[in-house]
Amino acid sequence: MTTGPVIEFRAVSYRVDQTQVLSGLTLQVEQGEMLVLLGRSGSGKTTTLKLVNRLVTPTSGEVRVNGESNAQGDVIRLRRHIGYVIQDVGLFPHFTVGKNIGLVPKIEGWSPDRIRARVQELLQLVGLAPELGSRYPHQLSGGQRQRVGVARALAADPEILLMDEPFGALDPLTRDELQREFFSLQQRLHKTVVFVTHDLREALRLGSRIALMEAGKLVTVLGPQEFLKSADPWASAYVRAFGNGRDAVANRGTS
Amino acid sequence: MNVIRFILQNHAQVLELTLEHLWLVALSTAFAIFIGVPLGILIAQRPKLNKPVLASANIIQTIPSLALFGFLLPVPWLGERSDRLAILALTLYALLPIIRNTFTGIRGVDAAVVEAGRGMGLTESQLLFQVELPLAMSVILSGVRVAVVISVGLATIAAAIGAGGLGEFIFRGLAMVDDRVILAGAIPAAILALLADLGVGWLERRLRPQ
Repeated sequence: MTTGPVIEFRAVSYRVDQTQVLSGLTLQVEQGEMLVLLGRSGSGKTTTLKLVNRLVTPTSGEVRVNGESNAQGDVIRLRRHIGYVIQDVGLFPHFTVGKNIGLVPKIEGWSPDRIRARVQELLQLVGLAPELGSRYPHQLSGGQRQRVGVARALAADPEILLMDEPFGALDPLTRDELQREFFSLQQRLHKTVVFVTHDLREALRLGSRIALMEAGKLVTVLGPQEFLKSADPWASAYVRAFGNGRDAVANRGTS
Repeated sequence: MNVIRFILQNHAQVLELTLEHLWLVALSTAFAIFIGVPLGILIAQRPKLNKPVLASANIIQTIPSLALFGFLLPVPWLGERSDRLAILALTLYALLPIIRNTFTGIRGVDAAVVEAGRGMGLTESQLLFQVELPLAMSVILSGVRVAVVISVGLATIAAAIGAGGLGEFIFRGLAMVDDRVILAGAIPAAILALLADLGVGWLERRLRPQ
């Protein structure tokens, strides 16, 4: 195995029609870290994530995964070795939970026994009761569905996990619970995770490093502690907005 | 009830014409599914094609059926046998609801589900056959249902070009100014349409995703 970065963006730009979505992104993601892409809507963080599994192809520059440009080789193989979790979860509504989780192993040709065992193992890993395996997604709560989404992404034991605001649509208590559990899960699994969020609190809580994006550009990459102390105008704007949120009750009615 | 007596007296012929009718409808619907579903899938994946394809199917739909039978009459091979002609015409009419519903059904599949599937590494054909088609199935079937009901009605006109079916009674009854004969064709046709509607509707509900 290579010792270099697991994911590397080299001067990547992406443009749709006349809109420059990303410009000159250079960033490395190291083995086993949880890199958070923080930014507001339209800052290019989701596009950055999708460059990794080639749901988006760069206009210029290259993205390297495990030391090789991901533009070469089989895109299907690439995607099957990268877990992908999105905010809307996207569970297959006509499949049971078990079948959802076991789909990638199945198309990868695992034996039915091995798939069944793996599904049970994953349900337990994400804190779901084994009998939920035979339910359909519409029978689950939002939090349970997102747990299934994480389990499905982990099914074929990928080294890399891409997560696009996975907890964004959940109520605050469930979100808190899932963040905490996901953090401890990551302590055990040591996946290389790229995590998109617009929530600074989530970024500080989960990220080993925080990559701040604004208008298609990478502003800065900082550790959570450094981020809070940073003099960077964008970083401090985030910290201020976050603090304002916390003091919301105290500041009620002031402008 | 004169009509019932007439039907009972001529039950062998009623049955024969009903089967003929069923044959015209079944074969043309099968052709329309074989052509319409792939076309619907194609235009769902290539948005540029959707306008021309749907517009063509729409135009066909606007041609009066008797005129369409007439247009097709001089076509070689087809014109030789009236049942071929009738099946082609019925197939053309059945296309629009099937193409349109396949297109709508596939386009209507939750974008997050498709994106998750693609991101997980499903190939385009796995995505189509395991995700998009099953999720679109009930919408596609409701198109088939409309197509079948239209065909049962239209197939009565096939008798005008000698393709048989229950229309024979209707045309004969019209010529003889005899209500009993007209109804001997119309009633079984209405029953066929109802049964087909119920049957495909049942299938549609069974295949509806959870």
